[in-house]
Amino acid sequence: MLEVRNLSKSFGGLKAVTDATLDVAEGSIVGLLGPNGAGKTTCFTMIAGFTKPDEGSVRFKGQDITGLAPHRICALGMIRTFQIVQPFAGLTVQENIAVGAYLHHHNRHEAMSVARDVGKRLGMGGMLDRPASSLTIAGRKRLELARALATGAKLLLLDEVMAGLIPSEISEIVGIIRQIRDEGHTFLMIEHVMQAVMSLAETAYVLNQGKMIAHGPPRELVRDPSVVEAYLGHGAATRLQEAHHA
Amino acid sequence: MKSQSIGQIALAAAAVAYLIGVYFASSPVWMGFTINALVIAVIAMSWNITGGFGGLSSFGHAALFGTGAYASAVLQVNYGVSAWIGFAAGILAGAAMGAFIGALAFRYGLRGSYFALVTLAFAEVLRICASSFAFTGGGSGLQLKLAPGLANLQFADRTVVYTALLVVVAAVMALTALIKYSRFGAYLIAVRENEDAARALGIDTYRIKVQAMAISGAFGGLAGVLYLQLWLFIDSTVVYGSGISIEALIGPIIGGAGTVWGPLLGTLGLHLLGEGAKHLLPNAPGLNFVLYAVVLICALRFLPQGLVGLAGKIGASKKKKESGDA
Amino acid sequence: MSSLIIPAVLSGLMMGAVYALVALGLTLIYGVLHIINFAHGSLLMLALYAAYFLWYHLGIDPYLAIPIVLPVFFALGYALQRGLIAPMSSGSEQNVLLITLAVSMIVDNLALYFWTSNTRTADIAYAYDTVEVLGAFLPLGRVIAFCAALAVAPLLWCFMAYTRTGSAIRAVAIEKRGAELVGIDVNHTYAVCFGIGTACVALAACLLLPTFYITPQVGYTFVLVAFTTVVLGGMGSLPGALIAGLLLGVIESLCGLFLGESLGQIGIFLAFILILLFKPSGLLGRAR
Repeated sequence: MLEVRNLSKSFGGLKAVTDATLDVAEGSIVGLLGPNGAGKTTCFTMIAGFTKPDEGSVRFKGQDITGLAPHRICALGMIRTFQIVQPFAGLTVQENIAVGAYLHHHNRHEAMSVARDVGKRLGMGGMLDRPASSLTIAGRKRLELARALATGAKLLLLDEVMAGLIPSEISEIVGIIRQIRDEGHTFLMIEHVMQAVMSLAETAYVLNQGKMIAHGPPRELVRDPSVVEAYLGHGAATRLQEAHHA
Repeated sequence: MKSQSIGQIALAAAAVAYLIGVYFASSPVWMGFTINALVIAVIAMSWNITGGFGGLSSFGHAALFGTGAYASAVLQVNYGVSAWIGFAAGILAGAAMGAFIGALAFRYGLRGSYFALVTLAFAEVLRICASSFAFTGGGSGLQLKLAPGLANLQFADRTVVYTALLVVVAAVMALTALIKYSRFGAYLIAVRENEDAARALGIDTYRIKVQAMAISGAFGGLAGVLYLQLWLFIDSTVVYGSGISIEALIGPIIGGAGTVWGPLLGTLGLHLLGEGAKHLLPNAPGLNFVLYAVVLICALRFLPQGLVGLAGKIGASKKKKESGDA
Repeated sequence: MSSLIIPAVLSGLMMGAVYALVALGLTLIYGVLHIINFAHGSLLMLALYAAYFLWYHLGIDPYLAIPIVLPVFFALGYALQRGLIAPMSSGSEQNVLLITLAVSMIVDNLALYFWTSNTRTADIAYAYDTVEVLGAFLPLGRVIAFCAALAVAPLLWCFMAYTRTGSAIRAVAIEKRGAELVGIDVNHTYAVCFGIGTACVALAACLLLPTFYITPQVGYTFVLVAFTTVVLGGMGSLPGALIAGLLLGVIESLCGLFLGESLGQIGIFLAFILILLFKPSGLLGRAR
């Protein structure tokens, strides 16, 4: 569904992403892992059209979308969410979701009813009339998901939806994501919470210092020495191995 | 679905009661003064579209007001076009000027203070142009021929003028409400709150902002044309002047930016205050602006949502909504 | 034609130096507080009246009034920032802009009330003595203003670079929280900076008075020019403001020469719009 080929981007002299390649098959949940500053969010911004890549291409449903404006990409059915979630203050929860729904439903009545449905599906039925600014972090994360879903997008790029949540909230979101996937959506998600990635993603890519260093099933990746070193530092893999044997 | 608080309903009712009361006022002064306030309320409503809903604070809305007034006046005076066509042309010219300024400013991503300054500069450029060219009457301005009658959009009877203005104001408010509860309005608010999130949700933010400027321009041009038909005379220092730009933004901010009633309430309130001050200190031109400024500072500090927001806290209904939703 | 152009350029440079001086204060305030001070022109007007009344009532020469007006306006600027702008704005950029707008409305209209809209000039005998430069005859007052502006810009720069207060101001400008953590009183530093900016305006007023007129609206004439200067020079850049001020003076003078007196300022505003649109980082500013 999504084919990213040899994406590169540098800011000034700093190479943020070099030669990143990844594939997301329809109906899958793919993780994008990596330590802080590895270039994950930069990758997302390029895929979603917020910044133009220096090199490389992005294809979505077989169509070249490299360098297309974000709103055009969204209209094609791919949407990104943000790590720092900011609901539109001054609007209710339902109106917030409707902003997404307006993409394909120009009439307010229709958009609002789509918003209500989406909200209910994500367990927000009780807070639809509340001001969005009154939501907790967990509520905001859900709202971000709901807004994205309401656009009718089929591929969702989630930027750390679990960050800042407590374990019980994480398992709720994990359940919701699984449910949405079963309804026919595809996910590419940046995630730090390994437990969530392990239980959700079939495949994951690991980005370190702007380069893809590994990909495969998450359970194998955590045993990959290069991945361990990327997270824990040079030599960590051997030390872990030794500690394990001792 | 929209649950307004008792306070907000009371505030709106008070404004309506005042506007009706003017018909029965003992002194014609009230009507004359309210007529002026209503014209200003329309430019305030124009500012409210971009500044209130879109979060794009313009400091040069006189550019739109003046363009509407001059477009109509030039057509009527120089080309003998009918007042009705001039009226429509003024609105269109305002919209075109709004779209032009918006297209330029947003093309280069100007926002915040930069946008405020560039709009101000546009108003100044237009002011200097209008005071320099012959076809705009240069420094002496343009004067319409006095010829009362419906065909010329001039009315000898103040009551007729006042009623017509009330209809126009009601229409602009109705349009504002339509915008607020439409797809476009939701998009505009989304742009104000978080432009990146808006883009991610499929909103062409550039287009939305330029459209907002065009609509604001149409309202602004309308206000300018109303001014022209009322006074039958315009000159560049007034219609392109900073006073208009200031009044355009101060009413909505005090009344409640991004609300339907805010611009009207703010403008009426300020003008009543200014008028009161004029009676206490008769020979003090500009004193009203001093008062406006003091009220503005206090409002910024103590009434972040303006009068409508304040009223929203009084007797708010149980289904508590974000304040400022009137 | 060249016989007209050289004097026009020179007289533009003289006026430009005053623009630069007004803009120095504005750019300093912008660079440090990230505030666009809309009241800057009104403060200039106020300083002009202060210098005028010192001359009119007490016979103090405007140049000798500098040591009196400067500290008073420093204090005024300090108080304005600390007592009004900071507490009332709740930290929002738009609110700051609106509050300074409100201040300018108050100051301008009170001036109109107390001093009427009459145009006043200080008749200082030697101000219009002419100095011949490259075949052009320039008023002495303007030449003095030009030299003073050229001297003040590097002085201000040295102050920022080498003094303790200057270092504190630069630290606050770059990283407010960090400066706070190492014990710099941020609110005080902000206010000092605002005070210095206002003092620049006071100096400009004293230099301007001998060869300029005063009305309550005079500030508005300058405020947009000063904004243009600041933006053209690169928001926050002191050398940029100096160069931009001189440049704009010349632009205005040449536009006046070729398009007629009334269109002189249009060149400035067009330049302003073009810069804001195409190079908002200005001549010497860092890219945003």
